[in-house]
Amino acid sequence: MTEPVDPIIRAHAVEKFYEQPDGNRIEVIAPVDLDVEPGKIITLLGPSGCGKSTLLRILTGLSQPSSGKVLWHGQPISPENAGVAIVFQSFALFPWLTVLDNVEAPLEARGVPAMERHKRALRILDTVGLDGFESAYPKELSGGMKQRVGFARALVVEPEVLFMDEPFSALDVLTAENLRNELLELWLSKKMPTSAIFIVTHNIEEAVLLADRVIVLARNPAWVRADFPIELAHPRDRKSPRFVELVDYIYKIMTQPQLAVAVPDAAAAVQKPARQKYQMIPHARVGGIAGLLELLQDRGGKEYLHRLAEVLIMDAEDLLPIIEASVLLGFATLKEGDIQITAEGARFAEADILTRKILFRQAALNHVVILQQIDSMLHAKADHSIPEEFFYDILDEHFSQDEVERQFDTAMNWGRYAEIFDFDRESHRLVLAEPVGEPHPPTTTPVQL
Amino acid sequence: MKRPQQIVFRPLVRIWSVLPRVSVAGLPDLIMFSGGLALFYGVIQVGRNWLGPFHPQLEISRSPGALPVYAGYSLLRIALAYVLSMLFAVTYGYVAAYRSRAERFMIPLLDVLQSIPVLSFLPGVMLAMAALFPGRQLGVEMGAVLLIFTGQVWNMAFSFYASLKSIPREMREAATIYRFNWWQRFLQIELPFATIGLVWNSMMSVAGAWFFLMACEQFGDFRLPGLGSYLQAAADGGDTGSILLGILTMVAVIVLIDQFVWRPVIAWAEKFKMEQVESTSAPTSWVLDFLKRSRGVAVFRKRAIRPLRGLMIHYFARHEVRTESAGENQAVLWLWRVVGTSALGAIGYAVVRVVMILTGLHGSDFRQIGIGLFATWLRVNVTLVLGALWTIPAGVAIGFNPRLARIAQPLAQIAASVPATAVFPVVLLVLIRLGGGLGFGSIVLLLLGTQWYILFNVIAGAMAIPTDLKEVAGVFGIRGWERWRKLILPGIFPFLVTGMITASGGAWNVSIVAEYAHLKGQVYSTVGIGAMISAATDAKNFNLLLASTIALAAVVVTTNRLLWRRLYRLAETRFKLEG
Ligand SMILES: Nc1ncnc2c1ncn2[C@@H]1O[C@H](COP(=O)(O)OP(=O)(O)OP(=O)(O)O)[C@@H](O)[C@H]1O
Ligand SMILES: [Mg+2]
Repeated sequence: MTEPVDPIIRAHAVEKFYEQPDGNRIEVIAPVDLDVEPGKIITLLGPSGCGKSTLLRILTGLSQPSSGKVLWHGQPISPENAGVAIVFQSFALFPWLTVLDNVEAPLEARGVPAMERHKRALRILDTVGLDGFESAYPKELSGGMKQRVGFARALVVEPEVLFMDEPFSALDVLTAENLRNELLELWLSKKMPTSAIFIVTHNIEEAVLLADRVIVLARNPAWVRADFPIELAHPRDRKSPRFVELVDYIYKIMTQPQLAVAVPDAAAAVQKPARQKYQMIPHARVGGIAGLLELLQDRGGKEYLHRLAEVLIMDAEDLLPIIEASVLLGFATLKEGDIQITAEGARFAEADILTRKILFRQAALNHVVILQQIDSMLHAKADHSIPEEFFYDILDEHFSQDEVERQFDTAMNWGRYAEIFDFDRESHRLVLAEPVGEPHPPTTTPVQL
Repeated sequence: MKRPQQIVFRPLVRIWSVLPRVSVAGLPDLIMFSGGLALFYGVIQVGRNWLGPFHPQLEISRSPGALPVYAGYSLLRIALAYVLSMLFAVTYGYVAAYRSRAERFMIPLLDVLQSIPVLSFLPGVMLAMAALFPGRQLGVEMGAVLLIFTGQVWNMAFSFYASLKSIPREMREAATIYRFNWWQRFLQIELPFATIGLVWNSMMSVAGAWFFLMACEQFGDFRLPGLGSYLQAAADGGDTGSILLGILTMVAVIVLIDQFVWRPVIAWAEKFKMEQVESTSAPTSWVLDFLKRSRGVAVFRKRAIRPLRGLMIHYFARHEVRTESAGENQAVLWLWRVVGTSALGAIGYAVVRVVMILTGLHGSDFRQIGIGLFATWLRVNVTLVLGALWTIPAGVAIGFNPRLARIAQPLAQIAASVPATAVFPVVLLVLIRLGGGLGFGSIVLLLLGTQWYILFNVIAGAMAIPTDLKEVAGVFGIRGWERWRKLILPGIFPFLVTGMITASGGAWNVSIVAEYAHLKGQVYSTVGIGAMISAATDAKNFNLLLASTIALAAVVVTTNRLLWRRLYRLAETRFKLEG
C-alpha cells in the first residue's frame, strides 16, 4: 500500500493446528500475516474447507491462534476489547426472541439503558429496511429478511470492523444480489459507522463486485496465495472487460495451485511459491466429471472458466472441484483461464459406459496416489482385501477429520466406479474387484454417480 | 316523547353489553386469587403434618372425603421431587457440558446411575432418612422425595447436557462476539435451547415418579398418607368400592396434570423450536390461552418479571464473572481438586466399609443371594418374553391399521398411565383369592408394570415401516411367516429393542415390590432378590440388605452393558430403515 495507515487489526504469523482424536496435529492455517486497514472492503476467497472461517474467527478474537498474535489497535485482541461484529451464514438469530429483542440483545449485554437501547435498535431496523417487523419472530421471515436482522444486530453495536462469513450464500440469487447492493449503498453513502468490512466468500464475482482488496487463500494448510487491490469505481459493471479479466484471473489462481501468477497489469500482488503436500483429491463425483467433459466436448473442447460457470449456473465452489479433478486425472488442462479437453478426456467423453470405466481406471491408477496405494496393497495381500482403517490411517496424518471423511468418500466413489476395488459393508473392508464385465458379488451396493 | 324513551332504554343496553366483558376479564384473576388462598392453607396443613411426630402404624381412612387430601399429599411429594430434580439436572448438565475434565466421568456415571433399579434402594433410603430425622414425619417424607428424585433426575440431566452440547456453533459465537454475559447466555440461549428436551423428559420422569411414589407410600412400616396407601388399605379391607374410587381419583389426577400442566407447557414451549419456518399444526392449550387472557398475569409480567430480568442482566453486565483471569482459574482448579479428592476419599471409605460388612456375611448368605438373583433374572426374562409375545402381534396389528390405532392407542395410553404399583394391592388380592401364590403372581405383576413400554414401541415401529415397502412385499407375494421374517420383524427391531431395554429396567424395579407383600396382616413372598431385599429390611438385617442391593445393581448394570447395549448398537447400524 502506498499511504502508511495504521491497521485496525494486525495478524502476525498466526498459525492454527487442530488436535485430532488420535493425537495427530493437523495444520489448518500456515503462518499468515494480515492487516485489516480502515476504509476498505476486504474479501477473503478460497476453496471450501481451506480455513477461511477459521481465519475469520482468529481475526475477531473468537478463537486463539496456535501461535502468532493478533493485535487490535496494537493491543492483544479479545471479543471484549475488539469493536467487531459478525454476520453469519446461518444468520445465528435467536428464534425465541422477536426481531427487536434480537437486535437489542447485544446492547443489553453492554448495559445500555432500556430507553436508549430501544431507540438505537429501532433506528438500525429502519436503516436495514425492517421497520414494521419489530415484533415478528425470525421464523416468520424469509431468508433475506432474516439476514437483514443479522445485519441490524451487527450494526447496532457500531462495530469498527464488520466481519461477514458467507453472508449471502444461504440466500437465493436475486435476494443475495439485492442485499449485496443495499450493503454497498450503505457503505458508500457512509450510513454505517463502520470503518472496514471483511467478507469471507467463495463467490468470485461477489468478491470482485464488492472488494477494494481481495485475498485468496490456498488450502492444506491455508496460506495467502494472492493479495491484491481492486480499484474499479462503484457501481461495477459485471460485463466490463476489466471486471471479466479480474474474475478470470482469480479463477486461474484458484485452479492452478502450482502456477505462479502475475496480476494483470498491477504490480501490487503478493506472491508465494506453492508447497507440495500429500495429494488431495478434489471432491468431485464421477458423474460430475463426465458431465463436464461432455459439455466441453460439445463446445469444441475449450472454454473460459467463468463462461463455463455461467453456462452451468454453478458457483465456483461447486465447479472448481470438478475442474480440478478433470485436470488431476489428465482429462483436461488449464491454460490462462481456459479449460481445454485432452485427447484422453475426449475419448472418455465419446466412449460407451464400459469403455469409460476402463479409461477412468487407467487415468485413476496413473494419477491418483491413494488409489495407486490401495491397488498395489490389494494385489500384494494374499486375501486381496484390506480394512477401511488402512485408508484412514494414511489420510489421518495429512488431513483434518472432516477432510478425511470427504477424501474417503471421493476415493470410494472413484475407486468403485473404476472397479479398482469393491467395498464390503459387512466387514468394512475393501476387496479386489472382479474384472470389468463380470457380475458383482451380492454384498456390494451399486456405485452412485 | 323521544327523550324519556332513550333514558329508559340506555341503562339496559349498557348493562348487557358490559356484563360479559367484566366477567371474562375478571374470571381468570378471581380464580387465581382463590387458588393462591388455597395454596396458603395447604402449606400450613402440610407443615403441621410433616413437622409433627411420625406414626409407624399409620391409620389410612377409607372415606371418600379423605381422597382429595391424600391425592394432595401424593401430588406434593411428586412436585417437590420434581423441583429438586430440575435444579439438580440443570446443574449437573451444565457442569458436564462445560468442564471437559468433569465430563469424562460425569457422563458414564450418568449412564450407570440411570440403569440402576431405583426401587432396590427404597428400603435403605427409608431406613436412613428415618434415622436422620428420628421420630418425625419429615424423615420418611424426605425419604420418599429422595427416592422419586433418584428415579426421575437422570434422563433430565442427560437431556439438558445433550441440549447444551448441540447448541449451534455460530449461535454460541454470536453470543461471544456480542459480549453476552453469563446470565444472558443462560437465559437467552442455553435455557431456551434446552426447554423442549426438558419438557418431554419431565413428562416421562413424572410419569415414572408416580410408579415410585406408589411403592413408597405402601412401603411396610414407613407407609405414608397418600393415594398409594389408600389403595392398599382399600385392598386390605377387600373394599371394591373404595378401590374403584381410588383408581378413579388416580386417573383424574393424571388427566388434570396433563390438562393443566403439560399441555400448556408444551404449547408454550413451541416457541423454542429451532425450526426455520413456522409449523402449521402447533400444539394448543386452552389453559394457556386462558392465562394469556388474564390481566393479572399480564400486569405481573410487566411489573415484576420484565424489570427483574432487566436488573439481573444489567447487574451481570456490570459484574461480569471473569473466567479468563489466571489467578481465579488456579483457585477454581484447586477447588475442583479438593472436591475430587474428598469425593474419592469418601468413596474409598464407603468401599472399605462395604467390603468389611460383606466379609462379615456367611457363605450361606451369598448362596442365597445367588439363588435369588437367578430366580429374579429368570422371572424378568420370562416376563419380557411373555410381554413381547402378546405385544408384538397386537402392536403390529394396531400400527398397520390406522382405524384400529385411533381406538386402541388412547385406551392403551390411559391404561399405561395408571402406575402399576398403584394397582398392585388389588391385583394381589385377586390373585390370592384365586389361590395362586406369588411365584406366579409376581410375573403377572411384572407384566403389568412393563408390557406397555414394549407395546408402544412396537406400535411406533410398525407405523414407521414405509408403505412402499409393504406394497413391494405384497407385489412379490411375500406373506405369512415370510412377511414377518423379511419385512415386519426387521422393521420393528430397533423399536422393539428400545422397548425391551426400558421394560427390562422397569421389570427389575418392579421385582422389588412384586416378590414380597404385606396383605391383610400376612406376608406373601417368593424366591427372588427383591423378596430378599424386602425381607432383610423387615428383619433389620442391614448387612444382608446392603449385599443384596449391591448384587442386584451390579447384575442389572452388567446385563445392560453386555446384552442390551450391544443389541441397541446392532439395531442402530443394521436395521435403520433410512440407510
Ligand atoms: N474445531 C475443529 N476441530 C478440528 N478441525 C476443524 C475444526 N474447525 C475446523 N476444522 C477443520 O479446519 C478446516 C478449515 O475449516 P474452515 O471452516 O475454516 O474452512 P472454510 O474455508 O471456512 O470452509 P467452508 O467454505 O466450508 O466454510 C476444515 O478442514 C475443517 O474440517
Ligand atoms: Mg466457512
